Amino acid sequence: MSIEARGLSKRFGGFVALDDVNLVVPSGELVALLGPSGGGKTTLLRIIAGLETPDAGSILFHGEDATERLVRDRQVGFVFQHYALFRHMSVFENVAFGLRVRPRRVRPPEQEIRERVMELLTLVQLDFLADRFPSQLSGGQRQRVALARALAVRPKVLLLDEPFGALDARVRKELRRWLRRLHDEVHVTSVFVTHDQEEAMEVADRVVIINEGRIEQEGTPQQVYEAPATPFVYGFLGDVNLFHGRLHRGRMSIGGAELELPEFAEAVDQSALAYVRTHEIEVAPAPNGHLAIEAVIRHLRFHASSVLLELDRVADGQVMEAEIPRARFDELGLVKGQRVYLSPRSFRVFPTGKPPRTE
Amino acid sequence: MSDLPRSAAVGEPRLVRWTLIALALGFLALFLIVPLVAVFAEALRKGVAVYLAALREPDAVSAVRLTLLAAAVAVPLNLVFGLAAAWAIAKFQFRGRSLLLTLIDLPFAVSPVIAGMIFILLFGAQGWLGPWLQARDIQVVFAVPGIVLATTFVTFPFVARELIPLMVEQGPEEEEAAIVLGATGWQTFRRVTLPNIRWGLLYGVILCTARAIGEFGAVSVVSGHIRGETNTLPLHIEILYNEYHFAAAFAVASLLTLLALVTLAAKSLLEHRRREPMPAVEPAIEAA
Repeated sequence: MSIEARGLSKRFGGFVALDDVNLVVPSGELVALLGPSGGGKTTLLRIIAGLETPDAGSILFHGEDATERLVRDRQVGFVFQHYALFRHMSVFENVAFGLRVRPRRVRPPEQEIRERVMELLTLVQLDFLADRFPSQLSGGQRQRVALARALAVRPKVLLLDEPFGALDARVRKELRRWLRRLHDEVHVTSVFVTHDQEEAMEVADRVVIINEGRIEQEGTPQQVYEAPATPFVYGFLGDVNLFHGRLHRGRMSIGGAELELPEFAEAVDQSALAYVRTHEIEVAPAPNGHLAIEAVIRHLRFHASSVLLELDRVADGQVMEAEIPRARFDELGLVKGQRVYLSPRSFRVFPTGKPPRTE
Repeated sequence: MSDLPRSAAVGEPRLVRWTLIALALGFLALFLIVPLVAVFAEALRKGVAVYLAALREPDAVSAVRLTLLAAAVAVPLNLVFGLAAAWAIAKFQFRGRSLLLTLIDLPFAVSPVIAGMIFILLFGAQGWLGPWLQARDIQVVFAVPGIVLATTFVTFPFVARELIPLMVEQGPEEEEAAIVLGATGWQTFRRVTLPNIRWGLLYGVILCTARAIGEFGAVSVVSGHIRGETNTLPLHIEILYNEYHFAAAFAVASLLTLLALVTLAAKSLLEHRRREPMPAVEPAIEAA
């Protein structure tokens, strides 16, 4: 079932949680709502579920207006950040709950409930824990019980609020892959909220980046990563270096180097931001070509397959970061305090001040 | 707390430790245990026959009956109200929420005597509603309804006060989960909310009952002290005492004391149960 949000707005007192949000989630897709905390992602998810009412706008399920529909009639599965398992019920009863509370005439017989619950517990690989209570499970196990419980009622839509937020890094990684596989099996339209860009990129078919109650950009993980639409998206996805500078007749000076920007040939003395990803910087011991930023290595951080250089720019003393592969690092034989020359392989410039003057 | 490893480095010198313990125990004995023993000792001083006679006396029996009646009305009323108020305050944000919280505490803040006077002022012969009630031949003050009303008022906060922190701590998430899964409001309450608060609820009811049985001040004002009619147990004890029937007074008092002890036992049993709400086989992995 597809989900559509039209012109959704929501305020909490003076705080604007959502500001005229429009979004379409096609049937069967796994979509990530990505953004910093307090950006409105969870509010959007809760409005879709019906746990929150929008001040303006509407929610459509399968093209039908569902804004006024009762929560329990929406047929959504919701997985809460802190699981919200029923603490006094066994794992089995937690999963069976949605089936047991159905009106008598549509409630499946006990035998069928039993089979369905065990089927789901097998799916989440927890069938051996059916008699345990939530307090006896680990975080990752609780999260999988919460998922099984949400899936038990065969929801048309699955909504997950920071599903892996409270788990440690290793379990989180494992569960992420597992969620992706599960979605490929069950194929229910799913929306999950996360503030972890890596998680969104790895799991989702589409990523919707939300900040301050607005959608900044949406697209496939590749699209948003390769062509960030706004400075915010650029800064939010991946590690970047930010340069403040002035655009003038197709040129911009960053850290002592000149960028050639033919697309801004008409700009006259306009302030702008330039973004360069840390791993898209070439490091050389000697200047090679006109675009080289002179810097001094201040600190080295060794990662599994790369080395992160923290550098001070000679021109203005600002801090920069560059990440180069291990092999390249060994080849160059770089040391702390060494003077190097940096050239961005790719960069993106966003004018910030007044629009370019047309002549 | 008793499992904390004790070492000389973090502990006080032995002398200080023993002095403090002795002080605490002495205080406990002087103010709690000695009076308790004294009640029973005084009650039985003239023998078991006198003791039993004091309890079998018609006025005493009628006082017991009235006390139980007042509790039987006040406790269920406050149970329902306390649940409703705690549910509203803990699970929803609404205008007037903090006002409601303050109002619930009113019976704690107001002296019981004043509570009683308010009822006289409202329902008494010279009170606001007095003429209206008199015209319809309804007696509230100096009668059973007044005693029930006063008891209900004084015991008003117990259940709600016990439940609000518990329900606030549990938050609305489990209820939200239940509703999303298709449960109706009643199903959510029956299957999710109630099981989560049952021990707290029972605890509140026990405290409420104890107070309803032992209430003196407010009931004293509205009772009129009509023997065999509007005397509750505490009032009956006072009358006996004032008339120098010490043995009888203490005999009836021992009955109340026994009730208090039963309440305390039930309370500590509950606290014990509450600490392990589930049949835990393994220690919980995360603190709740």
